[in-house]
Order: sequence, then C-alpha cells, then structure tokens
Amino acid sequence: MTDDVDRNRRHFLAVATAVTGGAGIALASIPFISSLKPSARAEALGAPVEIAVGSLEPGEMVRVIWRGRLVFVLRRSEEMLARLSSVTEYLDDPDSLNPDQQPRFAVNQFRSLKPEFLVVEGSCTHLGCAPLEEFQVGPAADWFGGFFCPCHGSKFDLSGRVYKGVPAPTNLRVPPYRFIQDDVIMIGAESGTA
Amino acid sequence: MARIESEIGTPKGGFIKWIDDRFPLTKTMKHHATEYYAAKSFNFWYVFGVLATVVLVMQLVTGIYLTMSYKPSAAEAFASVEYIMRDVELGWLIRYMHSTGASAFFIVVYLHMFRAMLYGSYKKPRELIWIIGMFIFFALMAEAFAGYLLPWGQMSYWGAQVIISLFGAIPVIGETLVEYIRGDYSISDITLNRFFALHVIALPMALIALVFVHIVALHEVGSNNPDGVEIKDHKGPDGVPLDGVAFHPYHTSQDLVAIVVFLMFFCGVVFFAPEMGGYFLEYANFDPADTRVTPEHIQPVWYFTPFYAMLRAVPDKLIGAMTMGAAVLLPMFLPWLDRSRVKSIRYRGWLYKSALGIFTASFLILGWLGTQPATGFFVMLARIFTTLYFGFFLLMPYYTVIDKTKPVPERVIWHG
Repeated sequence: MTDDVDRNRRHFLAVATAVTGGAGIALASIPFISSLKPSARAEALGAPVEIAVGSLEPGEMVRVIWRGRLVFVLRRSEEMLARLSSVTEYLDDPDSLNPDQQPRFAVNQFRSLKPEFLVVEGSCTHLGCAPLEEFQVGPAADWFGGFFCPCHGSKFDLSGRVYKGVPAPTNLRVPPYRFIQDDVIMIGAESGTA
Repeated sequence: MARIESEIGTPKGGFIKWIDDRFPLTKTMKHHATEYYAAKSFNFWYVFGVLATVVLVMQLVTGIYLTMSYKPSAAEAFASVEYIMRDVELGWLIRYMHSTGASAFFIVVYLHMFRAMLYGSYKKPRELIWIIGMFIFFALMAEAFAGYLLPWGQMSYWGAQVIISLFGAIPVIGETLVEYIRGDYSISDITLNRFFALHVIALPMALIALVFVHIVALHEVGSNNPDGVEIKDHKGPDGVPLDGVAFHPYHTSQDLVAIVVFLMFFCGVVFFAPEMGGYFLEYANFDPADTRVTPEHIQPVWYFTPFYAMLRAVPDKLIGAMTMGAAVLLPMFLPWLDRSRVKSIRYRGWLYKSALGIFTASFLILGWLGTQPATGFFVMLARIFTTLYFGFFLLMPYYTVIDKTKPVPERVIWHG
C-alpha cells in the first residue's frame, strides 16, 4: 500500500505547485517592473512650459528644456519659408504622413500651428543627439538650410523633415503645444491651461 | 614526540580536520588547485584568464573605495568625481586604477577570447564554458556602459543617450522600453541613480556568479591546450594525465610572473598615461553633462568602437541596431558554426588561418573606424569590414569543412 505511488496524482501535484509558484513569481515581479517607470515626480516635472516668442528676430532660434528634453523654437523668415517647397524632392516624408512624429495640427509643410514658428524636439530621431543649426543655403546642391546631426550625419530641413538616405528614420518630433497668447507658446499641452 | 610525528604524516589533522568534517576545504583545494591538472604546454596565451580575475578583483576593491566618496546624483556626480581626484588623499590613484582597469579588463578578455579561437577551446566538450564566457562578456559590456554614465560628463550623457536610444528602434515596445530604462523622459538624475545601482550591485554580482560558474565548468571538463588534444586520454597509473601538471604550484607560479609583468604595464598607464590619449578617458568627459549641446565627435570608449562602427555602417536605425546586436551575439554560436575536426590552429589548414586573420584585422580596423567621423570613405570601409566580420561567422560551416587539416598528435607537443 505505502509503496503504491499514484504517479498521475504526484505528477499533477508537481505541475500544480510549479504553476502556482510561477504565477506567484510573475505577480511578485509587478512592483519591481512598475517601479522602473517614470515616477510621479518625473511626470510632474514633465509639466508644460511657457515661452514668449515675441522678441525673437526672424531667423533666430531658442533652445527650451521641456521634460528634460531639448526643444527648438525657431522663428522662420519669409525667405526661409519659401525654401520649404524647393527641398521637397530630397525628403523622405515631406507631407508628415507618419502620425507619431507630430500632433495632427502640424501635418502640413510647415509642421507648425503658425507657419512662422517652428517648434520641434532637438533630438535626432536616429539616436537622440542634438542636431546643429545650419540655416544657410548650400554649399551642397540639396541643402536649403536646416538641422544637421553631428553624430551620424542625419539631415533635416527647416521644418525638421528628414532627408532621404540618412540614418534617422523619421522627421523630428513636434511636441504638443499651443499659443496661449499671440506671442506666448505653451509646450507640452494642446489644450487646457498650465 | 612519537604522536606528533604520526600526525605530520596524516593529510588531515587538528584544525584542518575539524574544518574538513564540516566544510569541503581540502577537497575543494585539491579539486581546483593542487590536483587540478592542466597541460604542461601552456603558453603566453593561457595567462589571460587569470589576469581577468586579477582585474576583476582590482575593480571590485577600487570600486568599493570610489563608492565611499562618489555621489550618484545629477547635481553632485561630476563634482564628486573631481573631489575624488583633487581632495581625497590618493583618490586620483584609486580612480585611475578603476578607469584604467576597465580598459585593461577588455584587453585581457578580448585576448582570452582570441586564445579560445586560436586553439578551438570552445569546441566540444567545452561549449558551455564558452557560452558562460560570452555571458560574462555581455555582463561586462553592461557593467562598463553603466559605469561610464556615472562621472556625468558630456560623453557619459550623450553616449548613454545614443545607446539607450538604440532600444527605441525595437518595433512597438521600443519607446516604452526606453522610458523604463531611463525612468524618465530623458536621461536624468533618475537614470544616473539606477545605473549606479546596476553598476555597483546588480552587475558585479552577476559577474562574480558567472565567473564562478565559468571556472566550475572548466574544472569539470579540464583545460584545453595549444595542441587541442585531450590530456585526460592518456593517464598514468596514478590516474594523473601524463601531460598535465597541477595548477598549484606549477601553473600558479607561472601565472605569478604574468601578473607581475601585467602590473608593470598597468602601472605604467595609471601613472604616466591614465587618459591614454583620449582612448581610456575621453576628453569630452571633462565637461559636465549638458542637455543642450552634443559634443561634436561622439564616440564610445575604444572597447565598444568595433560594434559602434557596424551600427553606423548601416543607414537604417532598426537594421543598424540589429546588425550591432547580431555582431555581439554571433560568437556565442562558434561551437556549432565551426565544423572542423581539429581544435587547434596548429593543425588547421590555410583556409581557417586566413579567415581568422581577416576576422582579426576586420575587428581591429572596425575598432579604429568607430573612432573616426562617419563620413563617406570611412562608412564605405566600415561596410566592407562589417561584411567580412559577418562572413567569418556565417561562412564558417563551409570553410571549416573543406579546409585541409593536418593530423593531430596523440599527446601534447612540448619542448621542455
């Protein structure tokens, strides 16, 4: 009787124990994984920032930090805006069809709310380096001014649209923003107040 | 008097016996040192395993002392490293030992891995030793990467930015994964703090555990030798391999010489060229991290540059990241890619010898290319050598089969 082991029953119990233990370990891992997420404080520090753009000269750019990220705010001159049509043929996504890279209001050739003001994240979509401002035209035939990433040579036009054949896969990201006054931009929210 | 003499003759007595009854001290010493037999024909290439252990211990000790003065916060990290360099008594020495130790670690580990490729040490029955070794290599890369963020200099910050962004290339989960790694929307104080935890606790523990398992596996199977013959196939009447000598005292005394020579070079670097012309400590890292400006030439420390060159050789983010990942992972499959019947390069044909030569040259040239700007000609070179690097591994099942091998001797060749 005592030597008579019910192997099926023993096997069932072993599997049941392993499954229960496995489920326990999986559940116990939740706090460890979720603690890796941006904390409440990190989210709070990610609150919108306001920037007065009235004093910017045409062709002048300021660098703003939002959520610890670099954001470029460029006031484009009429002449710069005119160049945006010339460069189209060299671009990978001239019409901003990739929906992840900008809010819907920026799906246009200017990639902005007001054509004059460009607001883009200063983080190359390749590996996150900060692109340099190269706003003058030339010397290369396809260069109409824009942003150049020194790390791996990605190129973007004056609307932050990526060139063909560079390592960066997408246009520079346009953060959510809105004008809370005619000359004050709030970066980080499309609606509501800070 | 007679009683004492009789005790001298017994292997275990008194205190040692008391321990041995409770803990396998003598047994372990015998198994791993005094009765662990390795070929007497070991050459220069066989010192790097021991050297890697020496460097590991040195990194642990200097690391503990650096932790006593370092502050893992974005506001204080850079200043606390300067404090170690200027105000802590001999702090500069401890820090330079640690920073030079990181480079030394990769030098000896790369040479240790190259030894395995020379003499087929990864081949049956040592596949698992090789795989565990590759895991040590991965842990070491992670350890070095996490450690490089801690000084919070410009290259720390932007290097981490670039490498963490690589995970963003993974479809669907990429962006979320990046946020989980950083713990923030950008590299911040939070990221620095958790990298500190990984660098001083999690990864060193993993490294020590893996090294332990690596050695246990090695001592189970036995060490390879420059002829790639199994010394256990020819044992004397006492059961000791005829071509083997005990690890202690024979190999240990040989290793001691290697350690002294190594430390001479090591001290030379620590005292006279701790920055090694910008290769061991990059000049851009003498500026504190600045979110607004990327350094003009961004490059990892030299030990990552071969893989970095491969990343830059591909004009597509996802494929570039995959190429880099594959380049790091591929050596793990060597035991199965290599179909040759012989282990050692001494008995291989010209095909494998040329392939290994091309591979070594490609790896070194890619390492150099990774330090150069990613412009036209350099990118073209990087593509050529990336192809050769992958060719070495992926074509291996073919050329190792058709390669003409020489007959392998029964016993090790030894000119003693």
